[in-house]
Amino acid sequence: MEFAELIKTPRVDGVVLRRPFLPTVEGTLCLTGHHLILSSRQDNTEELWLLHANIDAIEKRFVGSLGTIIVKCKDLRVIQLDIPGMEECLNIASSIEVLSTLDSVSLMYPFFYRPMFQVIEDGWKSFLPEDAFKDLESMTEEWRLSDVNKDYSVCSSYPPLVAVPKDVDDDTLRKAAAFRHGGRFPVLSYYHKKNGMVMMRSGQPLTGTNGRRCKEDEKLINATLRAGKRGYIIDTRTVSVAQQAKARGGGFESEANYPQWRRIHKAIERSSILQESLIKLVEACNDQSHSMDRWLSKLEASNWQTHVKEILTTACLAAQCIDREGASVLVHGTEGTDSTLQVTSLAQIILDPACRTIQGFQALVEREWLQAGHPFQQRCSQSAYSNSKPRCEAPVFLLFLDCVWQILRQFPCSFQFSQHFLVLLFEHTYASQFGTFMGNSASERSKLNLSQKTVSLWSWVNRPQEVERLSNPLYEANCLVIWPSVAPQSLLLWEGVFLRWKRSSRCLDEAYDEMVHIIQYNNKELQNKVNNLRRQLAQLETEEEEED
Amino acid sequence: MDHVEQVRLLERFSNKSTSGTLHLTATHLIFVESNNTATTILHHHIASVEKLSLTTSGCPLVIQCRNFRVVHFVVQRERDCHDIYSSLLRLLRPVSYDELYAFSYNPKQNEQQREEGWQLIDLGAEFERMGVPCDRWQLTDVNRDYKICETYPRDLYVPITASKPIIVGSSKFRSKGRFPVLTYFYQEKKAAVCRCSQPLSGFSARCLEDESMLQAISKANHNSRFVYVMDTRPKLNAMANRAAGKGYENEDNYSNIRFQFVGIENIHVMRTSLQKLLEVVGSRFLSVNDYLLGLESCGWLRHVKAVVDAAIFLTKAVTVEGASVLVHCSDGWDRTAQVCSLGALLMDPYYRTIKGFMVLIEKDWISFGHKFADRCDQLDGDPKEVSPVFTQFLECVWQLTEQFPQAFEFSEWLLLQIHEHVHSCQYGNFLANNQRRREELQLGDRTHSLWAFLLREQQNYLNPAYCPTYADTHPVLEPSTLPCHFKFWRNMYHQFDRSMHPRQSVLKNVLTLKESNCQLEDTIKDLETVSTCIKSNFICHIQMVSRYPVLTTSACLAFPTDPVLTTSRTVEGSSGTERKESYSDLQGTYGAKAEPAVVSLEFGVARMTC
Repeated sequence: MEFAELIKTPRVDGVVLRRPFLPTVEGTLCLTGHHLILSSRQDNTEELWLLHANIDAIEKRFVGSLGTIIVKCKDLRVIQLDIPGMEECLNIASSIEVLSTLDSVSLMYPFFYRPMFQVIEDGWKSFLPEDAFKDLESMTEEWRLSDVNKDYSVCSSYPPLVAVPKDVDDDTLRKAAAFRHGGRFPVLSYYHKKNGMVMMRSGQPLTGTNGRRCKEDEKLINATLRAGKRGYIIDTRTVSVAQQAKARGGGFESEANYPQWRRIHKAIERSSILQESLIKLVEACNDQSHSMDRWLSKLEASNWQTHVKEILTTACLAAQCIDREGASVLVHGTEGTDSTLQVTSLAQIILDPACRTIQGFQALVEREWLQAGHPFQQRCSQSAYSNSKPRCEAPVFLLFLDCVWQILRQFPCSFQFSQHFLVLLFEHTYASQFGTFMGNSASERSKLNLSQKTVSLWSWVNRPQEVERLSNPLYEANCLVIWPSVAPQSLLLWEGVFLRWKRSSRCLDEAYDEMVHIIQYNNKELQNKVNNLRRQLAQLETEEEEED
Repeated sequence: MDHVEQVRLLERFSNKSTSGTLHLTATHLIFVESNNTATTILHHHIASVEKLSLTTSGCPLVIQCRNFRVVHFVVQRERDCHDIYSSLLRLLRPVSYDELYAFSYNPKQNEQQREEGWQLIDLGAEFERMGVPCDRWQLTDVNRDYKICETYPRDLYVPITASKPIIVGSSKFRSKGRFPVLTYFYQEKKAAVCRCSQPLSGFSARCLEDESMLQAISKANHNSRFVYVMDTRPKLNAMANRAAGKGYENEDNYSNIRFQFVGIENIHVMRTSLQKLLEVVGSRFLSVNDYLLGLESCGWLRHVKAVVDAAIFLTKAVTVEGASVLVHCSDGWDRTAQVCSLGALLMDPYYRTIKGFMVLIEKDWISFGHKFADRCDQLDGDPKEVSPVFTQFLECVWQLTEQFPQAFEFSEWLLLQIHEHVHSCQYGNFLANNQRRREELQLGDRTHSLWAFLLREQQNYLNPAYCPTYADTHPVLEPSTLPCHFKFWRNMYHQFDRSMHPRQSVLKNVLTLKESNCQLEDTIKDLETVSTCIKSNFICHIQMVSRYPVLTTSACLAFPTDPVLTTSRTVEGSSGTERKESYSDLQGTYGAKAEPAVVSLEFGVARMTC
């Protein structure tokens, strides 16, 4: 076993675990290949099981022979371990450092994890593109499922099957792909049943400085327009950023070549800036100073809420074009794997009630993020505490979840799930026993053979007890389009993630539980009791009549 | 002139507008839209009226209210606009109390109900609840005729050892005669919270009676050898006061005191701060960065935190150390009221109930002479006296309810409603500056009590997450003072800007469900009675119907509509008409529908004074 070599000291006794707002625990610390475990070996205290993959950074301190390791996790929690013995402490620290930064994909925990629960429905098979397309077919005949990318040769970040206009053949797709960044030719993202308008997404067009054009690309997106109608192209970059992209071979659709389309530029930042923003925000939240001015200025300087507002605004705009203006929309940024997906997926939350259910939201994540080729592994390999130089890390998906939470806050009865579900997804994108968020694209996942070798997160989530835990007790299906407010006063800091470990959340949880209790008491107990009594009475009455 | 037609009401944060008719009555300004929905504004709520320069579509009239409503009308003819403007100016400047709405307001109650309303809150009983009088504290009659201090109530509680000469001497050494008196007694440790105004110490003056007074307070508590003196002002301000013959206690002259500055700013700073805050959040197309920078630079949340911090200090001194504390500021009716009442709220679960909260306001604010008339600008007075001190207190309470969702019997709706009526002058409770004046005005005979009204509809103000047993495990609240736990109170400062609010309210829904739970429980009881009757089989069906007529209607046997199904849950703003504002420059770029260019001015220059 390779892990054994990395673990110099597998266990230490007399370790003290300190966490904010929780009682300290003294016990035995054990290191395994994938976990850091602290157990007090008493019956009623909980054990700490921490995935090494969840550890973002550690710090060591020594006072005499007592060593202290501060463990900073990707879920933003910070814990402290006091370890007696300098050598033990150093050994533990170095083992954690190595184990938490293993590069080899094959050593990752999902390949070793064996589920302790019964898999009722295999999550790997829950959301197949074929099934999603069947729904589409029931609504329209204008689209077809193309397998032009079946061996991932046309676009390495697309899945084997994509929905495209019926009248466009695979050859056209291949040519359009050559004209789009990363081969990401325009594909269907969402079909708005109400008026038949569609949302597509793609990579930027490779116009370059010479204003290159591609007839096939034009044909492809024009095929989605109704006669005489115009569409919108939402470029998630500012005009100047899009202009600059030309120098590197990228660009945007010119009015001359795309006369039926109106282009709107928005300003969603690139991923490196988002990562910096996350780091600053988390630092602000961890600031122990009691100065209000300092907190507000740090919060402002992090720009996090600005990103939330910008992303939400762009998504609302896309939804507005589709629902209000009755126009089709193409969304892209540069690669089409980050800001593009934030916009297309949030627009669907706004427009489509199905996406606000537990199943529907999973389907959305599967379709618009996993299948659509958001590079989860790259984006989520480090979180806000890591000291190592960021490469491709960025909280793109976390920002999406934050935006969903904002909408959920504004429409607390329109979502089948509670914020617990969003927090759960945040945790599992950064560290997980499940294979769902491994790899960067459908092709990588298929090479890793994840569906055979690992368990899907959806298998876990879709068990009745978990569904119940994640459910929103206030939910009442709302078939309407929901327009959130994007005023700064309406946007809140997501305490459930960013201040989660900053205060005793117990009283908030208890208040929530109380609310759940009121609602369930109503729905289940009382209703059942009333119905039972009525049934009994009805029975008694008939008996009486018979006697009569 | 009583009404003007074809007036347009512009929405504050979008380009939407509705048209209708503007009515002006003796007490209200009423705007009736074509679909018959009405916006009603009480004249007393209006802080300022501004007539802006004529535009192509008419004459704009901007009305700012003390409850943070801002309305922007466009009147077609300038003459009409001017008429409304001048009528309003006349109406919203009452010069005598008799003109206030409270004296004409008639809620169709009989005299007995009205009188009972005033008897709901009894401060004597409240001190008894705290355990006073006792062997160390007594009721004194020195102020029976408001002779010693005219801004204090008649009934005051002082240490048993404080003789009349001591009291009189001390009162002469305190600004406005406001000598140290008891406001809260923490029975568990027999520790007292006392309040007063600043001493007239200047640079060196001292007063033996005042020193004895503090000594007496200290001696009344066996837990601690000293008494804390909390000066809630910033040190610099207190020092500056010495030049005017006022100042703060010299620790050398008072044995057994521990002196502490807390640093809450004065009423002028608070007034400007809130003005700035309202300016920031009132601007259209506000960016997140400008919003956060504005929150920082206006300082409002910093001030709110300072008040909460002071209350926490007070609470710790009393509950942890068991020490008595004397709180004062300059006159002892603004910051002192904030800190004492907030401290008591943290220490005593009773004040976190609806009734208890009313008692708290009655005691620390109304009876001890917070100058509501001046601070809320009830009569045409000195604009420099106006300050949102009480609003700030309500906000501190709200911040606590956010941190402790189970600890309070009431929801923020109660706070909003109280705020509304502090300014409405519709009830007698908050009129005038002190008890003495209130008695002169015979408010108890001539007006109605707000508390009675609020208690009657207290169902609306319940916090569904309230857990009465929470008080057993958390008698004393220990809030976090980290700045990230202080939030902008949108539901107060934007309470009339519906576009900014969540479209569905958890509070409303849970309250409805809770109510329907009660109904269901009743139904179950009824059904059970019926079923026992049938089972015992001593009456026949027809008899049963005649004997239990009520039951057969309420607990109809044939599966009537369940209360749950009939309670409607509303989704605002998703209908499509509600949130019409564009999320971008969309309208400008494509398919633009030209908006009339009336919106020429920046909104939100809210002024607390005219």
